Amino acid sequence: MGDGVTTAAPALTQIPRAPGIAFILKKALISALVALVLFSLMIGIRTEAGPTGQLIYWTRFGDLAAMVAAVFGGSIIVELLRQWWGPVGTIRIIPPRLQSTLAVARRGIAPVLLIFTFLVPVIFYDQRYILDLGILVLTYVMLGWGLNVVVGLAGLLDLGYVAFYAVGAYSYALLATNFGLSFWVCLPLAGILAAFWGMMLGFPVLRLRGDYLAIVTLAFGEIIRLVIINWQSLTGGPNGVSGIPRPTFFGIPLVPGPDGLAAKLGIEFSPTHRIVFLFYLILGLALLTNWVTIRLRRLPIGRAWEALREDEVACRALGINITTTKLTAFATGAMFGGFAGAFFATRQGFISPESFTFQESALVLAIVVLGGMGSQLGVALAALTMIGGFELFRGLEQYRMLVFGVAMVLLMIWRPRGLIGHRAPTVFLRHSQAISSDLVKEGHG
Amino acid sequence: MDYFAQQLINGIVLGSIYGLIAIGYTMVYGIVGMINFAHGDIFMIGGFIALISFLILVSIGLTVVPVILLIVLLVSMAITALYGWTVERIAYRPLRHSFRLAPMLSAIGMSFVLSNYSQVAQGARVKPVPPIITGGYTLLEQNGFVVRLSNVQIIVVVTTIVLLAIFTWLVARTRLGRDMRACEQDQTMAALLGVDVDRTISMTFVIGAALAAVAGMMYLLYYGLVDFYMGFVAGIKAFTAAVLGGIGSLPGAMLGGLAIGLIETLWSAYFSVEYKDVAAFSILIIVLIFLPTGLLGRPEVEKV
Repeated sequence: MGDGVTTAAPALTQIPRAPGIAFILKKALISALVALVLFSLMIGIRTEAGPTGQLIYWTRFGDLAAMVAAVFGGSIIVELLRQWWGPVGTIRIIPPRLQSTLAVARRGIAPVLLIFTFLVPVIFYDQRYILDLGILVLTYVMLGWGLNVVVGLAGLLDLGYVAFYAVGAYSYALLATNFGLSFWVCLPLAGILAAFWGMMLGFPVLRLRGDYLAIVTLAFGEIIRLVIINWQSLTGGPNGVSGIPRPTFFGIPLVPGPDGLAAKLGIEFSPTHRIVFLFYLILGLALLTNWVTIRLRRLPIGRAWEALREDEVACRALGINITTTKLTAFATGAMFGGFAGAFFATRQGFISPESFTFQESALVLAIVVLGGMGSQLGVALAALTMIGGFELFRGLEQYRMLVFGVAMVLLMIWRPRGLIGHRAPTVFLRHSQAISSDLVKEGHG
Repeated sequence: MDYFAQQLINGIVLGSIYGLIAIGYTMVYGIVGMINFAHGDIFMIGGFIALISFLILVSIGLTVVPVILLIVLLVSMAITALYGWTVERIAYRPLRHSFRLAPMLSAIGMSFVLSNYSQVAQGARVKPVPPIITGGYTLLEQNGFVVRLSNVQIIVVVTTIVLLAIFTWLVARTRLGRDMRACEQDQTMAALLGVDVDRTISMTFVIGAALAAVAGMMYLLYYGLVDFYMGFVAGIKAFTAAVLGGIGSLPGAMLGGLAIGLIETLWSAYFSVEYKDVAAFSILIIVLIFLPTGLLGRPEVEKV
């Protein structure tokens, strides 16, 4: 059956000038047929372990028919849309006036977003849900900016970023519960430990590139997670660490009572204070990440990262030390991951290995790539879209990851370079320099 | 010694399953140059389809085990191959000439889609089946320890060898195999010489998925269960196997699969079961440090 479909494939790729109804129907019919075979057993039949442990099954032909019909209809709609939109790759000319408006909007969006973020706890003071969501989004913005150093700037594909998040979270959790160290002492320690692990990962992968690097980082992330699960005496294994202390306002706890911050300031205590404090804490950490990244980009090391991303061989030929460049990228990215992890631990009060699966790494990577690989604003917008979108589907618990996967595929097809394509190096020659012909033997240089 | 022999047998069986999955990775990587992250989930789908078709065949009253196995094998190969084709058509072909990361992320997305699709369609709980093939041979009996070779193990290894023979013949002797090797070397040139590149790539995914379906069915026979999450770990290990053997090399994939299967089994037998995955991944990292091209891979010369 694969054959009949395969031979039809070339016809699908070469879209004739004005495909008629017959063509669209034929294509939709083929799609529906493929869907029928694909879903026949997986959806048409449902298996479940019966009361005696023996597997039983029942049929769901109604669902199957609905799915096939949906594919048929969807295929017609997609084909009509494609005709209406025209062939892919057509350059659409935007009127100059609209273009300049867009440029202004683009420049204005970052400050507006920043001011709005600062005002979120003021506007939504009573809405705990929005504040929690804001904290979650900002955590992913911070993770995205951290990973952006590794993937977006240095071009090193890291699929195990969640390992550093985990290292940071466990560093704070274990140091605080075992030694009673405060959050503000542990935060730098968590960053340093995560950076150290970043170097640990960096050394073996110095010689690898591209996909090999991706798979090794993925394996590294899994190793860290498996060790956390199995080293029960230290990490509590699958049960995780609980009773992690809440952060204090530079030593003053946010609790009711005479010692609390509320009493010292002379205002009435409210549990929302802690949420607002956490909000500004993660906002500060995220902005620190952003600021450090922007500053680093202007330093020689940042330029070396961008050179490395563009071309490793050329970069080496120019005398850039690849070892330090890669290791600093890994360490810097990991450090921010560690900060975010420590914040995550103090916010949750409880951590377990379940929070640090490959899905998290994929989510953060998706945020970075969707954000346009290297664009700080793009990453922030992508985090907002992804996490916000995730929340929209919270009601459909079991369909959430399915929708996430579909969205990831569709976004890649629609905009492979991310929402804001931005990969231009920070420095480049502003004018192309013409070299006079007597300097070059063959004419123009 | 007998303990070791038993573990060796177990390791080879597990390695055959990994090897079958690894071939799919290595073929796709060789031709398209991307890691097909969804391949592990294709393997999982293959296991599910084998399970469901097995249930149906048993319930309509078929009792001859070889006939059941043959039908289940063919059905799961055919449907899973179509899954492989569809995944390539939807998620990878539009990104063929896009920048390097795009197909990889699309593949990660596809992997989520497939595993959650089967979770939604078939439920999250593990599906056990009673042992389908029973019996076996006692090879050695010494000091009360028995080295056994079960019929399932024989079937897994024999099927793997037969499929490998067919597959090697396919790649080495047929028109399709020649097209595939041509596309692996240079897609543009192959297209200029009249090779239908799109079709060849599609067929690569179809064959890889069919082999993964066989691996899924073997997994079902050997372990007697499937669940929606099994594709992820098996997929990473099979990819490790492909890298270990030298990515792009078909005998390498099989060799790497055997190596990973043996390492995992022996590590669980002599050290600790909990850290068997850590051992497999550590081997991957160590191999890539000292032997970046794998056991049978060709060194790649990079130019500016």
